Amino acid sequence: MPAFLTHAEYWLAALLLFWGVYGVLASNHLLRKLMAMNIMQVGVIVFFIALAAKSGATAPVVVDVNQSIQASGYVNPLPHALMLTAIVVSVSTTGVALALLIRIQRRYGTLQETTLLERLKQ
Amino acid sequence: MTPHLAVLVVVIPLASSLVIPLVGIFSRRAGQTLALLAHVVTLVLALATLVRVLAEGSWSYHLGGWMPPWGIEYVVDPLSAGMAVLISGMALLTMVYAAGCLDKRNSRHPGLSEALFLLLTAGLLGIVMTGDMFNLYVFLEISSIAAYALLTSEEGPSLVATFRYLLVGTIAASLYLLGTGYLYALTGTLNMADLGVRLSETGDSMAVVAGVSLVVIGLAVKAAVFPLHGWLPDTYTYAPVAVVGFIGAVMTKVSAYALFRILFFVLDTQAVSGAAVTWLGWLAVVAIVAGSWMALAQTDVRRMLAYSSVGQMGFIVIGFSLGNVPAMVGGLFHLLNHAVMKGCLFLVAGGVRWRTGATTIKAYAGMGRRLPLTMAAFFVAALSMIGLPPTAGFFSKWYLLVGAVEAQAWVVLAAIIISSALSAIYFFRVIEKAFFQTSDEINPASERTELPGVMLGPVVILAMVVLLLGLLNEPIVTHFVMHALPPNV
Repeated sequence: MPAFLTHAEYWLAALLLFWGVYGVLASNHLLRKLMAMNIMQVGVIVFFIALAAKSGATAPVVVDVNQSIQASGYVNPLPHALMLTAIVVSVSTTGVALALLIRIQRRYGTLQETTLLERLKQ
Repeated sequence: MTPHLAVLVVVIPLASSLVIPLVGIFSRRAGQTLALLAHVVTLVLALATLVRVLAEGSWSYHLGGWMPPWGIEYVVDPLSAGMAVLISGMALLTMVYAAGCLDKRNSRHPGLSEALFLLLTAGLLGIVMTGDMFNLYVFLEISSIAAYALLTSEEGPSLVATFRYLLVGTIAASLYLLGTGYLYALTGTLNMADLGVRLSETGDSMAVVAGVSLVVIGLAVKAAVFPLHGWLPDTYTYAPVAVVGFIGAVMTKVSAYALFRILFFVLDTQAVSGAAVTWLGWLAVVAIVAGSWMALAQTDVRRMLAYSSVGQMGFIVIGFSLGNVPAMVGGLFHLLNHAVMKGCLFLVAGGVRWRTGATTIKAYAGMGRRLPLTMAAFFVAALSMIGLPPTAGFFSKWYLLVGAVEAQAWVVLAAIIISSALSAIYFFRVIEKAFFQTSDEINPASERTELPGVMLGPVVILAMVVLLLGLLNEPIVTHFVMHALPPNV
């Protein structure tokens, strides 16, 4: 198999990352910018989860303690645990950002950046 | 008890930030008292940590009894303990100051701003205490989220400025996380000390370069290292009066600390971090001159202070970048000094706006007569920013200059001198307006309207600390800063 297919998950992570950053820079609507930021964060999450994957391995739950444990038989649980935390962080940031957007909409009546900048100047 | 100091410094503000909104529902006064108590306790614990670490040496604390590198480790050394004292001290002073001007606001949610403030403090203290790469990310985001909420506690342009800061800050933190992922994939560890050892065994590869670059770029955005400072001026300019005194003084410094910690204590064996340090040094030279130049162009005092911060961050980074002992001492000492003097200046600018509504340099005319003590504090802190003896700023710049001469870095020498001259110009413009220009035709009622005691107290204390840091510079450097340097400098 060609190399870019065996590492498709990393390509996905990279695509999401760049897509997200491009979206934050290019879109004119603040809500779209926020969504693009979330896409970028998902890119990082995919990257970490891809690190943990192993072919032919199972969930890291040891059923029989007396049996000898081979690390190669289990996927790495640590990146998953880290990403749970990262998702919580991402949800909190998004929540704060949405609250800000509501207040911006109420005060300035728009979330279009160009219109907003005009109204800020007045 | 004593080994637990490392974690208590973080846990006390974190736990009280959860309790205070609940207490605030029943009694606003009790919530405020509890918040004040939490800040005092945190400062006392931080001071105790510093005393112990200077007397007995560094120690590490294992959370939940899990041994590193598997568990999360907190590392207390003179550098992190010193940062903890700085953060908790500034937090206490700003909290007292805020009680003077935030009283009528947020009446619908009593205790909320106090709780957010404690959360921000807990996040920053966590960043300086932790010895774990991922834990640092979590604390970075805890402090940032609390900061976003605090920065928008007033309606107005701060909403838009903070939303932009949120986007930029979150992307920066994600880049840091991605870089941490690269380093984890290479070494299988998140513990900083372990990471350093393992990376020195694996040596340089493209993956190390990518990981380190991402971590450095992420933290450099948070530290507002030129040219990644774009979020800073608007955010600081429109921020609420009391909030910017703390955020403007301490938050970028903590990210600079994290950068310093990772580049010099963790990744110091890597060729790529050497390259990163050199790059940051050149950027810092540009920052020193450009920041001061842009500050000169401003008409709003708060915006002038914000651009001046961009330049001053350059002084801190250049000290690290030159890499010899006097320059590093200068960089670290300037980190401490700048936090104190910029905190003082922002609190003065906020107080003047709160009392008189004045924000532009023009409107500062006659301020020296209306708020004599406040403007005297401004005068002292401004002298320190310019770098005149016997204030603190003179001595940190002096160490930097000695370091630049020792490294024969004449460009750096020139940049420091040019920047000092520029800051002399822009601060004397304000001082001249405030003290030597009467505002008779502008404001006939130029009677004394000094700030109330709770706001004036912190301002005056900070101005006195600026003088004390200058007068006591020698014992501070020999007994504290010298111990905080990286091991192999």
